[in-house]
Amino acid sequence: MIGLYRPGSTLLHRAGAGIKLLTLLVGTTALVLVRSPPAVAVGAVAVTLAGAVGALPPAVIWQQMRPLRWFVAALVPLQLWAGGWRAVVVSVGTLLVMVSAAAVVTLTTRVTAILDVIERLAAPLRRLGVDPERIALVLALTIRAVPVLASTLDEVRDARRARGLERSPRALLVPLVVRTLRHADRLGEALAARGVDD
Amino acid sequence: MIELDGVTHRYGDRTVLRDVTLTLTERRVAVVGANGSGKSTLARTLNGLVVPSEGRVRVNGHDTRTHGAAVRRDVGFVFTDPDAQIVMPTVGEDVAFSLRRSGISRQDRDARVADVLTRFGLEAHADHPAHLLSGGQKQLLALASVLVTEPQVLVCDEPTTLLDLRNSRRVAQLLAELPQQVVLVTHHLDLVADYERVLVVDEGAVVHDGPAATAVPAYLRLMQT
Repeated sequence: MIGLYRPGSTLLHRAGAGIKLLTLLVGTTALVLVRSPPAVAVGAVAVTLAGAVGALPPAVIWQQMRPLRWFVAALVPLQLWAGGWRAVVVSVGTLLVMVSAAAVVTLTTRVTAILDVIERLAAPLRRLGVDPERIALVLALTIRAVPVLASTLDEVRDARRARGLERSPRALLVPLVVRTLRHADRLGEALAARGVDD
Repeated sequence: MIELDGVTHRYGDRTVLRDVTLTLTERRVAVVGANGSGKSTLARTLNGLVVPSEGRVRVNGHDTRTHGAAVRRDVGFVFTDPDAQIVMPTVGEDVAFSLRRSGISRQDRDARVADVLTRFGLEAHADHPAHLLSGGQKQLLALASVLVTEPQVLVCDEPTTLLDLRNSRRVAQLLAELPQQVVLVTHHLDLVADYERVLVVDEGAVVHDGPAATAVPAYLRLMQT
């Protein structure tokens, strides 16, 4: 979701975020409950069709799946040993179909549209004193924090290397925590300046 | 109109602003001073981010202590580091975020976002991840995200400090073209040359208050002592 959205005007891009999230929820739940190779095959076909409708190049979807490769490499022998090829197809297939389906949704849906849905779903919690806008904001900030933390980590690593302290975990963790807290402080101030608390 | 009346502010035992009394009516006001002189705290009192320990700040008659929300609707604030100001993952979404509680329709919201992105030359980046923008583009986005709410006053706390010369001039030019009252805190003295009023701050007090022609030499003399 970290800036994954690919602008477009396909049917999938124009579909409501609520419909897409509901379809994702129902589809992946069914896949987990049924747990059979034909269900995995149906799911794979459905995701492939959705990707085609959304005009998403396979390379873009693969980019989202890539981080799973080591996990899948470890899962395959484990499942093979525990339940044979059927278990491999069901567990690994289910995982890949679920992740690719989620990728198709996030690639064709703006984060703000997803947050609007979450805000609407959380609206009944207002009676319990929970602010739905606050929930959506926390999710947005969490998504936004990922690239910020990654960039901070890169800078701290470079600074550590420049001082010849490559092997010192203290030289990594202390500045990382301090800078992250300082960023959180500044972000809080910026949110207050934009009237979020008003 | 911004009025500061006997404003003193302390962080613990440290006094960072001392009995500042000002009325700011000019369209272009700059604040210069050394690091730690209190100029950023002074800027933060103008939209209620800092409520002074003593005295009061009023913007268009609204006291920042009692009517903080109303003051923040009138006074936009741009920080030094745009990374700490960008909230949403993409450029267009971050600008739209400022209008989430404005009560305007989605269509009007989208139109205003598109308009401000065009004004700041960011229209081609509307759907791009904000974290992949250059430093200059990020600061333009931070400005756009504040100005889309059409505040009457814009306070900028060293908005060009992290920028190269070209981007620094671009931001300065955009600020110069704004119809709003602008209060600019800066170390870049070339940016304040056309400012009607320049406040020189030292150890929490305004030690010189006048046009750039007299304030800049006064500040340079102060830095030599």
